[in-house]
Amino acid sequence: MAMKPSSSRLAADTALTTFVCLLMAFLYVPIWVLIAFSFSSSRSLTWPIPGFTLDWYRKLFANADLLAAVGNSFYVAICASLLALAVGIPAAMALHRYDFWGKTLFRRLILLPITLPGIVTGISMLNMFRLFGFSQSLETVIFGHATALLGVVVTQVFARLQRLPKSLEEASYDLGAGPARTFFRVTLPNISSAVVGAGLLSFVLSFDEIPVTFFLTGRDNTLPMYIYSTLRRGVTPEINAVGTLIVLATLVLIIISVVLSRDRTPR
Amino acid sequence: MNRKLSAALVLGIPLAWVVVFMLLPYGIIVTYSFWVKTYPTFKPAFQFGNYLTLATDPQYLQVLGRTLKISALTSLFSLLLAYPFAWWLVFRCPSQALRTWAYMAVIAPLWVSYLLRAYIWKTILGTEGILNSFLMSAGITSEPSSLFLYNQFAMVVTLTYIFIPFMVMPIYTALERIPANLSEASADLGMGPVQTFLRVTLPLSAPGIAAGFTLTFCLSFGDFIAPFLVGGPDGNLIASVIQTQFGSALNWPLGSALSIVMLVIVLGIVSLSDRIEAKAQTGAA
Repeated sequence: MAMKPSSSRLAADTALTTFVCLLMAFLYVPIWVLIAFSFSSSRSLTWPIPGFTLDWYRKLFANADLLAAVGNSFYVAICASLLALAVGIPAAMALHRYDFWGKTLFRRLILLPITLPGIVTGISMLNMFRLFGFSQSLETVIFGHATALLGVVVTQVFARLQRLPKSLEEASYDLGAGPARTFFRVTLPNISSAVVGAGLLSFVLSFDEIPVTFFLTGRDNTLPMYIYSTLRRGVTPEINAVGTLIVLATLVLIIISVVLSRDRTPR
Repeated sequence: MNRKLSAALVLGIPLAWVVVFMLLPYGIIVTYSFWVKTYPTFKPAFQFGNYLTLATDPQYLQVLGRTLKISALTSLFSLLLAYPFAWWLVFRCPSQALRTWAYMAVIAPLWVSYLLRAYIWKTILGTEGILNSFLMSAGITSEPSSLFLYNQFAMVVTLTYIFIPFMVMPIYTALERIPANLSEASADLGMGPVQTFLRVTLPLSAPGIAAGFTLTFCLSFGDFIAPFLVGGPDGNLIASVIQTQFGSALNWPLGSALSIVMLVIVLGIVSLSDRIEAKAQTGAA
């Protein structure tokens, strides 16, 4: 490859590097814009920013509706990801271990919500809940999210199970441990990094979810639904302040997940 | 607890969940899609009127066409941006540390609220937004232009911005799996870099492209946030129409029929892409 005196190759590489930098700018300039506007003293979002203020953050922490929405989001995201794990781990184990009638359909159905737009999941579950006389509430949202997130959990846990030697569980049975004990003392500790990862991802996705929530929630708003309804009324820098805090929280979560995965890989 | 009981639990819990929360709800919308609207509610029936309306009313065909166009453009632009980036990451990135960071940097926005990432573009593209202020201060335009926001261009930009990570991930994985000695062999056999790319790298990364295209296409196909925030009057997509049928229009049967159409299209695309991936894998082996 080094035979050609490649000035053309150098030019191509320079062009590519420039492209990569531009792509990074495309991805990150908007986020900086969001952060910058959260400190703007003007109500309208015009550039350049006329002055610096922390008022929007003060307003945000005095906004009872918004704080209630944050609380609801935590409630929904925690319950939904725990539920998705409780159903998703056995589902991944079933797919890994057993052959049964309808297995292909079962796998396809579980993985479907990854590509299926949330609106279809939301509407179909809304129809069902209404038919059986359940009115919409945060709890129906939890069931909706858990269903939508099942595919995420199953994909991650299944991938980890495939790398787990079968001999471990067999040894546990040979030593006289029952299935429950084998699961909690052998299987679960060995797939724990995938379980934590899947749980964290489910939490973030549920915290951020709109289409399913839109159809399944009653009076109570989650944070994204609250933002969605304020956007209907118009745009204020308060939204940017919320956004900045979300970006900050996201950064912390990413660092945590990187550190966690780093701790686990060497073992 | 014996082994039979545990097997029943491991199989039973997820099976029951799938039946109650997926098969049953899908069955219900299929049923509703045959019902008749009788203002202000709807009654059971078995007729194809709703599907007939969707197939003949130009209003719905237009929305369907527009949605397909926007999703196709979004996937295409995501591909054009993601592929060179993923290729750079795998083949030209100077160090492993930089590679990890650059990959993380592209994936990280997925964790930041999807709604906010769409909303930012409303503030950037608006008449008082950054883009207009920049163009005016640079002397390129003399007055704020309303050309950027509330149209299909704005939707494609916003959706591309949101869904790029879904394109980068599978393409990166596919490129990373290509053994380095293949392109060396190709070079030794006298092929130029362009030929090597077209005849070795590109075909081998096809499964990644198919997976990324499927994800971005299906996700933008069902989006109603971008039309709501940056779409404007001629920017209704299918999902916004479904939303209206279940909201103010109160026509659940028609909304259900539209959801079924969406479900069928998504299933079609997924199985098509599965076939492409399977074909590429048997071809490689």
